[in-house]
Amino acid sequence: MKSLLSVLLLIVAGCMLLASLGAPAVLTVGAQGRATATNVPIIPHESAPNFFKLPPGVYTGENMGIATNSRGHIFIFHRSGETRLYEYDEKGVFVKEIGRGNYGFAFAHSVRVDAQDNIWAVDEGTNMIIKFNPEGTKILMTIGRRPDPLAQTASMPGTGGATYANKPYEFGRPTDVAFDARGNIFVSDGYDDARVAKYDKDGRFVKSAGTRGNGQGQLNTPHTIAADAAGNIYIGDRGNARVQVWDNDLNFKAAYTNVGNPWAVCVSGGPHQYLYVSNSWPDSAPAGSVDFTGEIYKMELDGKIIGKFGTAGKALGKFATTHQMDCRNPDVIFTAEINNWRSQKITLKPQAIKAAAQ
Amino acid sequence: MKRTLTFALALSTLAVSISLMAQTSVPEIPFDSNADLFKMPPNTFLGEVAGVATNSKGNIFVYTRTGHPYATLGDSRTFYHAGSRLFEFNANGTFVRELGQDLYGFNAAQGLRVDPQDNIWTIDIGANQIVKFDPNGNVQLVLGRKPEAVGVRPAAPRGAPAESPAPATTAGAGAARGGRGAAPATQGAAPAAAPPAVPGAAARGGRGAGAGTPGSAFSRPTDVAWDRSGNIYVADGIGNNNRIAKFDKDGTFLKSWGQTGSENGQFTGVRSMAIDAQGNLYVADSGNKRIQVFDGEGNFKSQITDIGVPQAICISRGATQYLYSAHSGDPDGMVDATIYKIGLDGKVSGKFGSAGKLPKQFGLVNSIDCRSENELLVGEMTNWRVQKLPLRPGK
Repeated sequence: MKSLLSVLLLIVAGCMLLASLGAPAVLTVGAQGRATATNVPIIPHESAPNFFKLPPGVYTGENMGIATNSRGHIFIFHRSGETRLYEYDEKGVFVKEIGRGNYGFAFAHSVRVDAQDNIWAVDEGTNMIIKFNPEGTKILMTIGRRPDPLAQTASMPGTGGATYANKPYEFGRPTDVAFDARGNIFVSDGYDDARVAKYDKDGRFVKSAGTRGNGQGQLNTPHTIAADAAGNIYIGDRGNARVQVWDNDLNFKAAYTNVGNPWAVCVSGGPHQYLYVSNSWPDSAPAGSVDFTGEIYKMELDGKIIGKFGTAGKALGKFATTHQMDCRNPDVIFTAEINNWRSQKITLKPQAIKAAAQ
Repeated sequence: MKRTLTFALALSTLAVSISLMAQTSVPEIPFDSNADLFKMPPNTFLGEVAGVATNSKGNIFVYTRTGHPYATLGDSRTFYHAGSRLFEFNANGTFVRELGQDLYGFNAAQGLRVDPQDNIWTIDIGANQIVKFDPNGNVQLVLGRKPEAVGVRPAAPRGAPAESPAPATTAGAGAARGGRGAAPATQGAAPAAAPPAVPGAAARGGRGAGAGTPGSAFSRPTDVAWDRSGNIYVADGIGNNNRIAKFDKDGTFLKSWGQTGSENGQFTGVRSMAIDAQGNLYVADSGNKRIQVFDGEGNFKSQITDIGVPQAICISRGATQYLYSAHSGDPDGMVDATIYKIGLDGKVSGKFGSAGKLPKQFGLVNSIDCRSENELLVGEMTNWRVQKLPLRPGK
């Protein structure tokens, strides 16, 4: 009798959970579009098999963020039982976990490493940006503030209204962070707000720009952000299916509208910088879009497409919802993928580009 | 009309410059900062530092919001767990131990004080409790009861008013959400100005009992103090009660005073409290931008103003006692902050520090330890740290 009751309770709880998850789905962001660029050359690529090696009993969940430091170590920010941040060496061997149980981790979104090798985690569950020292042993700075847990119970189960507050030091599910050469910090914010916020290197708010919409300088889910050596920023304006380029003072400069819905953008290191843009397979892995999503574009910073690689899928070398990329080395791309709970090390062979009829 | 406006503008400019002059006449106290005091064990992090205090041996106790506050699905109720931890360091900042692991009432740290016998007292606004630990770390006294369940109501859909008849479910903070970008699920960031959710009260479908609440039915209590007889005073708090409650040393309720308001003896958000050697209570009445002074029976004696918004106060020891009061004038701790040094007669003798994230700057100071008059420990909410501040006041 008692066990029957607990089974019933479980079922009821499960149904309630499903109801709460299912209800808001009508408000989904725009369906994943087909990229409009044509006759794009294919860049041959290879994925290193079994590159990331975990000790027994250690797993990753949805791989949301990936970044490398100057020594080639790789950081993966993922949604496991808890949200967790792992460090691997340059051979893909697990080194250690960083930041476990800290107050800023609830729902991973991205990780970046700055020019000094500090590690920055962006968490859209606590609305916080957390800066760790290069060793990952200390928290050096936080931006944003985790909402008072007690106040949150007033709007649980967590589908409460967005604030659209655009406050200087509070985010609405922030998505990513970037840095210019002077150490200024740019936060793409996010699912609830629709703006980019700029801070100086000491975390002091400078300005923010952007409102929700599809006009010039407007954003619809700014999902990913990167900066080039000149201080321009590249915003993956995912809901509007375009990459926007803004100058360092957050003024609109250009939009690249032919590479699908940018889930992840990355600006490479090296003297000649490239822009990589992922038109990712959407996160529910719908069969209907498997044939025209998943590819990653390599572009010049001015928007000229050089080539593309990959398609949607779960096999090695295909991409199962690329959520973040690292391209410190323009010919070695690391991808963090939601759908197959994995990351990949991709080696490009751009010298072997051959024209393709798309 | 235009002329009136110009006149009004000129007047307000004058008023601003007068108040600026008043402020700049307070001398700056030179000071240094060690913002990297603690050596933490691996994968252990301070979060928002709600309380910091030393004991007589110089050991430092920190009560911090860290880890994951979470709720569990039970029957029709929702249970609130974890979210805060209590650490002890020696005077050099070396980690000594953790106290109160997995404690029932460690949810949303609000303050910490050490009494003259070196007992450690934690104040928690999630559990609405004050817990007394003896120097060995054993629980000796608990004031207030944690609400059995937290009040949870269904969230409103995007753009709609907050009430909606959806089924109430609950989950760990942010844990049970839809896939990436599929749904506008949100953490539901409540604006800072939202009325405080009072657990238990909401679950019972009503507000807290309000002013004059007898006993230990606290509503977001913030601080604790003791007189020489060991009587216990609780600052209660930033919820609905706006009162000071007095208990004897065994925790038996004696009396309480205060209610919501701005008259003498009334409060709008009791954020902090300290007691001097004569047994006078200094109460930071932050909403009214003042510190009120009472005797131990709750009789109003005086008030201290022109010290901004007092968020944390502390009274030093020694023959001449001083009051330190941390002012935070903006919700982020990035625009307007300083710490005032004040004589017990209410005269401001100096101030130091400003708002920000660098050392010597303050991000919402929530706690001050001033056992040593010229070496303070300051705990901050937004900067997740404790700063040790040697002061060099001129003679």
